Amino acid sequence: MSSAAAAQAGMDNDIHTFSLVARDKPGVLVRIALVFARRGFNIESLAVSPGATGGFARMTITSRGDPETLEQIIKQLDKLVDVVFVTDHSDDDALEEEVALIKVRCDGEERKRALALAEQRGGMLSDDTDGRAILCIHGTSAAIDALLSDLAALAVEEVVRSGKIVIDRGASPFAHLVGHRA
Amino acid sequence: MADSPMNAATLTGAERLVQAMEAQGVEYIFGLSGGAAMPIFDALVDSNIKLILTRHEQGASHMADGYARATGRPGVVLVTSGPGATNTVTGLLTGLMDSVPMIVLTGQTPTPNLGKDAFQEADVTGITYPVVKHSYLVTDVEDVPRVVSEAFYLATTGRPGPVLIDLPKDVTSAVCSAPDPGEPDIPGYVVPGRADEAILKDAAERIAKSKRPVLYVGHGAVISGAGEVVAELSEKLQAPVVNTLLGKGAVDETSSRHLGMLGMHGTAYANKAVMNCDLIMAIGARWDDRITGKVSEFCTDATRIHIDIDPAEFNKTVKTHVQLLGDAKLVVEDLLPLVNRLDSAEWLAQCDAWRTEFPLKYPDGGGLRAQHVLDRLNAVTQGRALVTTDVGQHQMWAAQFCLTRANRMWLSSGGAGTMGYGFPAAIGAQFARPDTEVWAVVGDGGFQMTLSELATAAIHKLPVKTLIINNNYLGMVRQWQELFFDNRLSGVDLEGNPDFVKLAEAYGVKGFRIDKPEDVDSVLEEASAYRDGPCVVEAEVVKEDNVFPMIPAGAPLSDMLIERPTEKMEKPEGST
Repeated sequence: MSSAAAAQAGMDNDIHTFSLVARDKPGVLVRIALVFARRGFNIESLAVSPGATGGFARMTITSRGDPETLEQIIKQLDKLVDVVFVTDHSDDDALEEEVALIKVRCDGEERKRALALAEQRGGMLSDDTDGRAILCIHGTSAAIDALLSDLAALAVEEVVRSGKIVIDRGASPFAHLVGHRA
Repeated sequence: MADSPMNAATLTGAERLVQAMEAQGVEYIFGLSGGAAMPIFDALVDSNIKLILTRHEQGASHMADGYARATGRPGVVLVTSGPGATNTVTGLLTGLMDSVPMIVLTGQTPTPNLGKDAFQEADVTGITYPVVKHSYLVTDVEDVPRVVSEAFYLATTGRPGPVLIDLPKDVTSAVCSAPDPGEPDIPGYVVPGRADEAILKDAAERIAKSKRPVLYVGHGAVISGAGEVVAELSEKLQAPVVNTLLGKGAVDETSSRHLGMLGMHGTAYANKAVMNCDLIMAIGARWDDRITGKVSEFCTDATRIHIDIDPAEFNKTVKTHVQLLGDAKLVVEDLLPLVNRLDSAEWLAQCDAWRTEFPLKYPDGGGLRAQHVLDRLNAVTQGRALVTTDVGQHQMWAAQFCLTRANRMWLSSGGAGTMGYGFPAAIGAQFARPDTEVWAVVGDGGFQMTLSELATAAIHKLPVKTLIINNNYLGMVRQWQELFFDNRLSGVDLEGNPDFVKLAEAYGVKGFRIDKPEDVDSVLEEASAYRDGPCVVEAEVVKEDNVFPMIPAGAPLSDMLIERPTEKMEKPEGST
């Protein structure tokens, strides 16, 4: 089975989280996405924002696939001229955070239940319009997955997740590459 | 502006572009004009850069590639937007796969029209992302000088490759007042140089234990000019040398410990050496599938050392014990003082025995043989000719029989396997090296993909010589159909081929014909001496000859066929 086919079948494929620092200019995201796409790999989540240093973007990407291909993907990302730094967080304990907005159609008892479930996981009610509660939760991706699983029996209409964002604890491993901060 | 008061708000983006290329030492631009590129073509009127007008943009891209491979300096292409730009895509792929420094300038529709499906608009940076080392879409004229400076730096340093600059017409027309740029500042780009000392020491310690070493030399050695130090290493260690298709010429293939090309159609003795070695050191080579066959059975018991300037090549296919990151020449230079002569006399004798037992051979008689023609081309030119090839059987036979004596004397599309490459590449090489005898060895299939450049060669009276190995087939595919598909021929018969001699003459090009074995030497000698302009030599050869040795795609090296098999073959596991 090809690695791409194996990836689709989800065999031996742990999720990997990459941090990237890249030049903040048009086309950079396409170049990065193509490194995954040409190997038949899906990007599961992607968060892009300006970094601390002007002209550089900070990205967190999660993908699933066989470790050998993912190692090649990291090398190919690093080879991109516009990518300044890339690292795989799978083996470290970097700080991670994700935000989700979950719209649940509910009233009466169901509404109470939805709010209770959200609160148990550290979530809260953010909006209540036309019989739809919007629950907001931030935490680890696993915590969000758990809440969604808790809510499975209810009428969840929409889910928006920011995608995981990750930052190393302590000193930055790439500060020297992009001036003092990124 | 303090740097260059002359430029102060007087020159357009196109003029600054041309000025920057002059400063980079560009001699030739290969291209084809069109609306969106007109400001650049206009700026070239006042430049001493020579514009070579081609007949197709693919031809221009391979000419620039040939120029670059023949010199080590970047080849420059200039085309217009839309179809002009898309016609260079094959040239970009060819250059990227083989690490060729190229600059491709594409005209583009004016910036206000971008994304509006304007006439001859194509998303050129979008189309080419996967086939460039890097690219730019310039939307501000003030970026032109910096982008040109970065593009040349990126194309020529580290692992070289093509860089594309897409230039909207309003950008090239606008006045540019940016100062000349300083040194390129590209934070995400690191150029490796010398290898880590501790890793060099590790390599040297492993080498010292070897009794059956092989130096496996690739295009990286050609690019870095490592040939001399690799030959020195071979001498010092007493280690045989094999090279890849693109590594031909880094080390003189006629030198004593050289076993020729390895891989799918390599010599049997080169492959036997690789199968039986206890240490293999890749020097600027990337363990391509044409080299390794079945990776899980490739050199499993040997110590594997890899020298490469591109860290992404490490452990990509074959897992190695030592990875030396750096420029091949510098790494080998640093390795030399750390190693000593190995106890390899027995091994060298064994390699020589294989050379004697399994020489390259071809049937004598039965008509005109491609191998015979190429064997004699090698004899007639005595290694002084720069040889380019197309892709297919003639390419493999040329690789086997035309022994390359010096660096940058063998140009062939390896990674991409681009048919149509050989002839325009030879034109580019001939422009680069007017005093060198240049031969394009092509097949009847590939030649017809870019033969319109006969006009380009003719008007410049280039003494480039084209040898067409004409078997009236797409011969390599026919060979596979014969061996692996029960000889069910499909899409390989080139019925309708023109008379290539008459075709050459129609372009005002001298035509020669070889139709019998006795004429081979005399015609090749006459063509070799012909200097009044281009010439074409058509050799109509035996239709159904096959290239051997052959390792079926994806098979272990031990499955090598020395000659035509007598039993039905399984379909190969490798994809192509």
